[in-house]
Amino acid sequence: MALTQQQTQFEELVMPHLDAAYNLARWLAGNDHDAQDIVQEASLRAFRFLSGYQGGNARSWLLTIVRNTAFSWLKKNRPAAIVRIEDETFEQIEAAGSSEADPSRVDASVVRTALESLPAEFREALVLRELEGFSYKEIAEIADVPVGTVMSRLARGRKLLQQYFHSKGEK
Amino acid sequence: MNCAEIQPLLHAWFDGELDSVRALDVERHVHDCSGCAGAKRSLESLRTALRSSNLIYRAPASLRDSIRASVMATSSSGSSPATQSASTSPGAGSVSPAPRGSRSAEQSPDLGQPSGGGLGSRGEGDRPRGSGWLWKLLALGATALAAAVFFVRFGAISEREQLATEIVTAHVRSLMAEHLTDVASSDQHTVKPWFEGKLDFAPGVKDFADQGFPLVGGRLDFLHGRPVAALIYRRNKHLINVFVWPAGETREPGAKPKYLRGYSLLNREIDGLHYCLISDLNSPELNALADLLASK
Repeated sequence: MALTQQQTQFEELVMPHLDAAYNLARWLAGNDHDAQDIVQEASLRAFRFLSGYQGGNARSWLLTIVRNTAFSWLKKNRPAAIVRIEDETFEQIEAAGSSEADPSRVDASVVRTALESLPAEFREALVLRELEGFSYKEIAEIADVPVGTVMSRLARGRKLLQQYFHSKGEK
Repeated sequence: MNCAEIQPLLHAWFDGELDSVRALDVERHVHDCSGCAGAKRSLESLRTALRSSNLIYRAPASLRDSIRASVMATSSSGSSPATQSASTSPGAGSVSPAPRGSRSAEQSPDLGQPSGGGLGSRGEGDRPRGSGWLWKLLALGATALAAAVFFVRFGAISEREQLATEIVTAHVRSLMAEHLTDVASSDQHTVKPWFEGKLDFAPGVKDFADQGFPLVGGRLDFLHGRPVAALIYRRNKHLINVFVWPAGETREPGAKPKYLRGYSLLNREIDGLHYCLISDLNSPELNALADLLASK
């Protein structure tokens, strides 16, 4: 059975990046079942909007759709996850001085919990940077924010993680 | 540089996002400053922890299968491209409720309902699948016809098509990280002289930030067998490559815009130089930049 042009395009543009799509969805949704729903919906959206694909980075394009689908889902089902952290909180963390914790010696499950504890937008930036290796520019495209915001979310997300390890008394 | 200046750059440096000049400054400072070196070590151990804690999830095989199944079903279901609302792109049809492989039939109720042009409801009602083969046949026929028309009109890949393809490739490659500019400056008095000695012609370089097309920088590139200048402009979030070479060296289809793989291409001859603009920007705006380039 011959594939249509669109099915071929879908195979080439979407399927190779399904792992990255799932990883992002899983870290945003917090569980497998919802992550699968999100990826399913996002993939079908991608299929419908194939003609809107402008060339360039297909992985970024797909992940933009995934993250939009995921955040819509979060807003509806878990709005608390998108909590904003006030600037003052970060100033307090800075003022408290840098923590001495060495997270590389920390148990993997604690690292996992730490990342899960982050507000969604910081978690997203760290997942895209540290786990998927996207550049600032690509993360900016996916999250639809300026590069400066990406930088700030990464810096603050990292600070929050270090704070988490410190508070757990990991030395 | 002192610590106060280094601080805001530390993360970008750590992520390899700084230009080479500033990266060197930061590296030198970190080497000599114990406080900043400690901060760097903290970042490193955090990175190690994140990368070695098995935090990467991969798509289950059942999900891949069920996505493929949905896509196949979407293409072969009875919906035609024209029946969708204006907000969705043609050709995709509505989503038929294909079974999701090994997953149970219970859908998460939150995602099942459409929201203004979203997915059709899944798991409710069945569309007749028997009529699918006719649409598939028509789709195949339409594709074959389009291919035939293409080859009748254009014959084998012409020299012009080859150049256009080369330009798209050069454009896409330049958009990959760290390869956009050789000289990053919005100052035409920095960019224009940079090309001296590198090219056998002098490209006109102007910044159009006031008109909404700021100059991002310049780059040396290679097209149709010779070095060319690439001037990079930005329009909102879109990047535009303007390739420049002496006029008369390539055969030109005229000033009509072309489209290739989703990119718009525009060619103009200005003052004895050939300008080829390429971007994912829409062509009226690309035309606006071309007009600016042509103006005095």
